[in-house]
Amino acid sequence: MPKAPAGTLYRGREGMWSWVAHRVTGVGIFFFLFVHVLDTALVRVSPEAYNEVIHTYQTPIVGLMEAGLVGAIIFHAFNGIRIILVDFWGKGPRYQRQMLVGVGVLWVVLMVPFLVRHLSHVFGG
Amino acid sequence: MTATSIAAPRSPRRMRSRTNTELYAWLFMRISGVLLLVLVFGHLFVNLMVGEGINALDFAFVAGKWASPFWQIWDLLMLWLAMIHGTNGLRTIINDYAERDMLRMWLKVGLYTATAITIVLGTLVIFTFDPCPAEAAAHLLPSFCPAP
Repeated sequence: MPKAPAGTLYRGREGMWSWVAHRVTGVGIFFFLFVHVLDTALVRVSPEAYNEVIHTYQTPIVGLMEAGLVGAIIFHAFNGIRIILVDFWGKGPRYQRQMLVGVGVLWVVLMVPFLVRHLSHVFGG
Repeated sequence: MTATSIAAPRSPRRMRSRTNTELYAWLFMRISGVLLLVLVFGHLFVNLMVGEGINALDFAFVAGKWASPFWQIWDLLMLWLAMIHGTNGLRTIINDYAERDMLRMWLKVGLYTATAITIVLGTLVIFTFDPCPAEAAAHLLPSFCPAP
């Protein structure tokens, strides 16, 4: 049964949206992890079976999905550090917005060299 | 319709359990999170950035890595920590959004089953892996395999 609109705990802005992004990236990474354990398990079937599946990871479309996966992982990792600092560092809650900016800066600093290298592998043949 | 009210965050719900399970789960997420940052970033760097990156990945690449106990332990730790970290994250999400008791229970049963199977499968793969299967074509195998 739908509930009547009521007060909400959601506050918007950086705090809520970084929390939403942390959940979304976390779920996405977790589902990839299931697939990744299964594809790696093919090494126990035969070298041919493993190589065949891994070759699909080297195609352009999956290559772009990997770039998205790495982007999600880098955000989740650094935003996780931010959460730890909010929890354990006395001034963490006061600087949570500035730390989110830091997460964004680190994300760009790591993603640019990764994308240059990964996309040249995927599209450069 | 009556408006639902939101209880104050600290009001006790039910005096059900007096264990610290949720505290340990919370602490585990933080400790495993820091370890996973190192493990996963190292994994991504070695597999996607070094050398030919993703184009170098094949059976021989995996066999070469798992010839060393260092990467076996690395991958084993990553498997267990990431699976438990992700499972606890999804448990939290299920608890937040699945409001019907039975649905919530079955979602978690499914989650824990999938997690247990995946952890056991991954662990077996790491420790029962044969880098030089006898029936395989030699050019697919790592260079250290004896010539047939």
